[in-house]
Amino acid sequence: MSTSTATPDASFTLDGEDVPFRPGETILQAAQRAGHYVPHLCWHPEFHPHGSCRVCTVKVNGRAGAACTVQAAAGLAVESSTDELNAHRKTLLQMLFVEGNHFCPSCEKSGNCLLQATAYEAGMEGPHFEEFYPDRPVDASHPDILLDFDRCILCELCVRASADVDGRNIFAIAGHGIDTHLVVNSPSGKLGDTDMTLADRAASICPVGVILPKRRGFAVPIGERRYDVKTVAEPGNQEAS
Amino acid sequence: MSFDLETAAAPAGLRRVAIDPVSRVEGHGKVTILLDAQNRVQQVRLHIVEFRGFEKFIEGRPYWEVPVMVQRLCGICPVSHHLAAAKAMDRVLGAHPVTPTAEKLRRLMHYGQVMQSHALHFFHLSSPDLLFGFDSDVNLRNIVGVIRAHPDIAKKGVMLRKFGQEVIRVTAGKRVHGTGAVPGGMNKHLSIADRDLLLRDADQMVEWAGDAVTIAKQLHAQNPALYDSFGSFRSNMLSLVRADGAMDLYDGVIRARDASGKIFLDGASDQSYLDLMEEEVRPWTYMKFPHLKSLGRDVGWYRVGPLARVQNCDFIPSPLAEAERREFIAWGRGEPVHATLAYHWARMIEVLHSMEVIRDLLADPELLDGDLMTTGERTGTGVGIIEAPRGTLIHDYRVGDDDLVTMCNLIVSTTHNNQAMNEAVRSVARQFLDGRELTEGLLNHIEIAIRAYDPCLSCATHALGRMPLDVVLQGPDGTLVDHVLRSPEGELVRNLAAPVGLPA
Ligand code: SF4
Repeated sequence: MSTSTATPDASFTLDGEDVPFRPGETILQAAQRAGHYVPHLCWHPEFHPHGSCRVCTVKVNGRAGAACTVQAAAGLAVESSTDELNAHRKTLLQMLFVEGNHFCPSCEKSGNCLLQATAYEAGMEGPHFEEFYPDRPVDASHPDILLDFDRCILCELCVRASADVDGRNIFAIAGHGIDTHLVVNSPSGKLGDTDMTLADRAASICPVGVILPKRRGFAVPIGERRYDVKTVAEPGNQEAS
Repeated sequence: MSFDLETAAAPAGLRRVAIDPVSRVEGHGKVTILLDAQNRVQQVRLHIVEFRGFEKFIEGRPYWEVPVMVQRLCGICPVSHHLAAAKAMDRVLGAHPVTPTAEKLRRLMHYGQVMQSHALHFFHLSSPDLLFGFDSDVNLRNIVGVIRAHPDIAKKGVMLRKFGQEVIRVTAGKRVHGTGAVPGGMNKHLSIADRDLLLRDADQMVEWAGDAVTIAKQLHAQNPALYDSFGSFRSNMLSLVRADGAMDLYDGVIRARDASGKIFLDGASDQSYLDLMEEEVRPWTYMKFPHLKSLGRDVGWYRVGPLARVQNCDFIPSPLAEAERREFIAWGRGEPVHATLAYHWARMIEVLHSMEVIRDLLADPELLDGDLMTTGERTGTGVGIIEAPRGTLIHDYRVGDDDLVTMCNLIVSTTHNNQAMNEAVRSVARQFLDGRELTEGLLNHIEIAIRAYDPCLSCATHALGRMPLDVVLQGPDGTLVDHVLRSPEGELVRNLAAPVGLPA
């Protein structure tokens, strides 16, 4: 990530507003630094962009692109918060909800969940599509960490965190198309057979309720949770902690 | 042995009537009545389609999720399930007893739940029938009609319910699907601001709760012949009581009295419920029939809920409700009150007691701070029993070393009252249906008997007094003789071509 100072004319417009950028920055990085919110799930400032969730799709000079991967360039006209793009985002979010089993009222991630908060912000009121109701058993084999695959959105943040930060490569994505799913790299496929610890970056990066510290559950009351206090659109609250 | 009217002696030549509520949120009921050629009732069965399979849903889930998740079981009393599960999980973790602060906060939440559920049950769902008459115009017979004809009563009902909901919100975090109780304690205190807000109205609510008892009592006094006989039958009664015999809706020991009021089971630990009770399966319905093992299935069944609790305890530990309890007991003239409609009277006494408890708890500084959590030596098993608004509610769990639930057994109030509700419906059928033409008003009598026990069976649409019905008459050879549909607007439509509801 570049930290060199921006030249005065190095800016693009986002929904008509000037956004300055530094060389090497993506549209999403520059927009966020300038205090804007471009909805996103799989992007995180600590990691290389992945470009898979497509929630950050914007129109750059009229052509669709993922804001987390398109480099900022002087003079670009970027559209983000338009009716058309917001409708697409909502559809993408609805598809993510029905592909997994997301029953927010009894999910311990509720209130701390990036998917839920992004859906609220997008004005999503219901799943719209028919639920898939996949059958993905939980993995409770690790003494301190629970895996509930029902809620996985395949953002690969845990894969990246375990490989790039923890140096363990505990998580991977397997399968293709609709069968794509998160797996654990161990002989048994169980988390209990890995050396993962609660201190791993991968243990805290999950933006949804898949990788959870055990026995914590609802210790933090509703009303005091991350997105109860500030919306996902506010600076510092836009991605998984 | 079979219970009278449970199974007809010679069913071959009988016509079949099915009262089949069409749309439901949770567990729904259907009544089938077999009539002979003279329209005499030969067989009556209440089939409750229970939301079974929930236990399987919980097995395999982490234990800390369960108290929140089980709230999906009931739209009217989710907090009862929340607390019963939390109590069971306390035992699983060996975190028992919870701290005084946690217990008081849970009690506050629970009594708030009882109040809001009872207010909904009486004012919104039952008072239209009771105030306007069982055969009254179906278009009037709803809460909107009550608001027009008796604005004062309706207002008190709405405000009492709202207050109960607020008590839930400040303790559970939300009005529905809150998270306040966690295994081993609570996750938050009562805030001073919330306490002050509620205390401001508490005395007014106690007064209105007293008025609610008066309304229920007057209904009995005005028409004792109807109120004492309607759906009446003798039975055992079972509930939790405090160890000293006081009414306690949050915790206690199991006590049962026989139909004459004699205590025959007392001081039994909630953890030993499986030694006391068993559930019988009957082929014609999915819902089981619990009974006390020591007495067997023929005489060991019992009633739960307000009627049982008010008469099972030795006293109510709050002065206004205790005075009302004494008046209630006096109504029985030395015998327990067995009338089905007396459930509503007892229910309002519990509203008054709940409100007195809530008011006293709000004044207790221990709810504002103090330890919230207890820890202990994990046992892996636990039972949580609570007196839910409709009656005794049992949650029983086993949790593995990996923290996942391996076994879950639930006995809900509706199941405890299964035999009792069948008896109530039979009693009404005997008294009102024999030899008469079936009308909307007569079918409503059956619903009124069920609703005295359980609003959930009729809550979805009947909240506005318009429960759709599907009534099928079948000839002895099974051919369709008549098919009456009651629309959500209350109109009766005869339509032979319409598809028939559930098979009887
Ligand atoms: S992971 Fe997020 S979106 Fe999914 S159920 Fe939990 S709170 Fe809801």
